[in-house]
Order: sequence, then structure tokens, then C-alpha cells
Amino acid sequence: MLSIPCPWCGLRDETEFHYGGQAHVAYPADPAALSDAEWAGYLFLRDNPKGWFAERWFHSAGCRRWFNAVRHTVTYEFAAAYPPFTPPPKASGVSR
Amino acid sequence: MSAHPDFLWADAEPKCGYDVVVIGAGGHGLATAYYLARNHGITNVAVLERGWLAGGNMARNTTIIRSNYLWDASAAIYEHSLKLWEGLSAELDYDILFSQRGVLNLAHSLPDVRESIRRVNANRLNGVDAEWLSPAEVKKLVPIINTSQELRYPVLGATFQPRAGIAKHDHVAWAYARAAHQLGVHLIQNCEVTGFRRDGERVTAVHTSRGTIEAGRVALCAAGHTSVLAQELGFRLPLASHPLQALVSELLEQVLDTVVMSNAIHVYVSQAHKGELVMGAGIDVYNGYGQRGSFHVIESQLAAAVELFPVFARAHVLRTWAGIVDVSPDASPVLGLTPVENVFVNCGWGTGGFKATPGAGWVYADTIAHARPHPLAAPFTLDRFTTGALVDEHGAAAVAH
Repeated sequence: MLSIPCPWCGLRDETEFHYGGQAHVAYPADPAALSDAEWAGYLFLRDNPKGWFAERWFHSAGCRRWFNAVRHTVTYEFAAAYPPFTPPPKASGVSR
Repeated sequence: MSAHPDFLWADAEPKCGYDVVVIGAGGHGLATAYYLARNHGITNVAVLERGWLAGGNMARNTTIIRSNYLWDASAAIYEHSLKLWEGLSAELDYDILFSQRGVLNLAHSLPDVRESIRRVNANRLNGVDAEWLSPAEVKKLVPIINTSQELRYPVLGATFQPRAGIAKHDHVAWAYARAAHQLGVHLIQNCEVTGFRRDGERVTAVHTSRGTIEAGRVALCAAGHTSVLAQELGFRLPLASHPLQALVSELLEQVLDTVVMSNAIHVYVSQAHKGELVMGAGIDVYNGYGQRGSFHVIESQLAAAVELFPVFARAHVLRTWAGIVDVSPDASPVLGLTPVENVFVNCGWGTGGFKATPGAGWVYADTIAHARPHPLAAPFTLDRFTTGALVDEHGAAAVAH
């Protein structure tokens, strides 16, 4: 079981969390202006890296707050956890 | 002590180039190479494998074979596959231990019952064998199942596909490998693809850990690692790679001669020919390539299994493992062309790839040979994510996604 570092509650068991997929996917500023392919990109295409990945977690059985984390998808190691709407820490290996 | 048995195929040294390079020597890759040679006369084919032959998801699945999917497009491709399974031992001259013992998909709630009966009707309209069984009929078929209505999620009935079943996954891979090898296909293990040589819109060669290999056409067949290859090729795929766990018990007397699946409580189980109980569950929620998952998933699948089958309470888990499954947004495969002219893709089978092995290989080989989607693949191309014509099997396919 993953041990997940909630920025507010500290390390907690994975069973307290809900997964939110890739982080930093912004809602398009003007959806009506997008082509079908661009809209499909927003709806369906997500990064799926073998390596460091910025992702969203929801501490559903704890403080009930969303946050972002940088985790390695092979070792499952967490490099950072940080509040939503803030960029990943520079040292975490994820650039966006 | 007896001598080591003869190998069924010979390892090939990579040539400088091939008409078709298939990336991934799992079930799908081997079947694709076999049907390229058998159906289309394309024998100058290499199957490149990063590790050892059929050591990825082909060695990690729960071997369930069925075709009782809801939507027409899914029923068509999975039923095509099931028909190939029915003749596969003879076709490949190898006993794959295909056992049509039937698959039950349990219903535990009124919505489950309605969805199940709808699916039975849809299956019948598509020529797929399907029946709706009452709890008493389920109990008659599988005497060890607990049909008490006192359970938290009681068995309210089940769909039953009598022609569904299991096969021995290793035998399937070996049989395809031997047959492909006999037709001249090169099987190249320990050969990791590290990049691609491009010339405009085309790929001209694949770079590998064993040198550069020229390729007329490239066929991606790497399941959970397809996104990694697509990234090298410069396009994105609508996939998330997740660990999918399974487990076996120690060898037991035969107590279960039907495959039992439950979407609602997330367990599916069969008993292998040797006697192990083989069980799987849903995916681990997070993206992962680690070929291992979290223990609480195992715990909850066993809790569900023991509630359904009280006799399992004394069985011991022998080992657990995970494969990396590539899940698409609509839980249907992606099969067809890619933005790169001579590169083809077969991925997104998610939790259901094993059952599709012969059908996917057949349809993919045809797609590669003619550079257009086979009619059965047409609904499953990448375009559907732009047009919106999804084949939404999430929750519809009687599977614990």
C-alpha cells in the first residue's frame, strides 16, 4: 500500500485517498474555439510517463482536500506533495 | 534425470531489416506475426521482445476467455476471437488446454440484474450464446457458491456464457511462437526498442539494444508500455497504464469447474487444471509501471471471494503479482493506423487482452498488411476520440475494470 504525503495531514495510507489522474491539466480558456481534435486532446489525452508524474490526489477519508503530488510510476516513490494551483517544486523532476 | 526438452522455436539473430517489425512478443505480438505469415504471406517479419517471450501480461493474466460484451462492435471482435479459440489447438497443432467450462457474471443489485438481462438479449441478437440464470440455477451449476440472500451483496442471478472458458496461457504463447517460427518469422528476445529513425512522415528503422533494424512497417504491440513507444514516435495515445493484480492459491482438489466473475464486488475466479484457484480483481487506481500493486486490493478481492465461496477461507495464497494494463477512456481497445504513416497500433485492451489474443492478432495482421483498419477494427481506431463515437464498455462489459 502506498504511503501518501498529504500536504496538510502528513503520511497516510493509500486507502484514505481518491486518485485524480494527471495534475496541471487546465480547462481550455475558450472551449468553443477548439477544433474537435483539440477538444479530444483536452478530454482524453493524458501523459502516461514511465518515470516522474505530477498527479492529483484527494484525501477523501481525511481532510477532504485535493492536492498535487509528484510520484515515480516505477518505484512509486513520492518526490513532492503540494497544494493545488501551485507549480511542482523545481527539485521534483517534473517541469510543468 | 531427463534431458531438457527441445525448444519449440529458435532464437534469431536480428537481420539488418524486415518488411514488418512487431514490437512486443506477448500473445498479441506472436499471434499478429503468425497471421501475417499465414493469412497474408508476409514472412519477412521480426517480433522484438524487451524481456523474454510472453513474460509480460501474457504470463500475468487470469486466462479467462469470453465474448459476452454489450456493444455490437465489441461482441463482433471478441466473438471472432472466441471462434478462433475454438479451433486453435488444431490450427496450431498444440494442446492449449482450452476448456469451455462457461463463465458466470454475477448480479448483486437490481441495476446489475437489469444490465445483465439487457446484455443477455444484446448478446443473443449478436449471435453470442448467453443465458440468464436465477440464484437457484447458479447454485446448481456452482454448488460451493453462497447464494444466501443475507449477504451484503447477495447473488440475485447471473449471466452465463457456456462457450466461454479458460486456456493455458503459456501453451498459447508457445504454440503461436512455434507456428510463427515455422513460417519463417524471427523471434528476437532481449531486444529492447530504444527509439526510431524517421524520414519525414515515415519510420525507416527501429533502434534497439541489439542495434538498428530497418523496418518497412512497424506494429506496436506493447500493451502497458505502448505510451512509452508512442512518446518516442511523437504522438500521444489515450491510455493510462495501471497495475492489475492477480493471485493463485496452492493446489487444491477440483471444487470449481465454472469461471465466476463479479463486477460489483470485484473478484473473478477460476480453478486451473492443476488445481490452483486463480483470482483477479480491479486495477490499482494509480498510474504505474511497477508490475506490483497495493496489498489492500488483494485483501478486498479475497474478502469478496471468501464471502461468495466460504470454502475458500482455508485456502492459502501462494503468490500474487501484477501486470501493467493500458486502459483507454472507454475501456475498449485502440487498433489501427497512427499519425506516423507506416506505424500501426494495437493497444488499450486494458484488463481484457488475453481473451482477444487470436482475434486481435488476426485483425491487426490484416490491418498491417492492407494499411487500413480491418472491418472489425474500424470502430476501434484512434479517430473515435475525436468523432466521439466511443465504444463505451465501462460498466457495460461485465468486467471489473
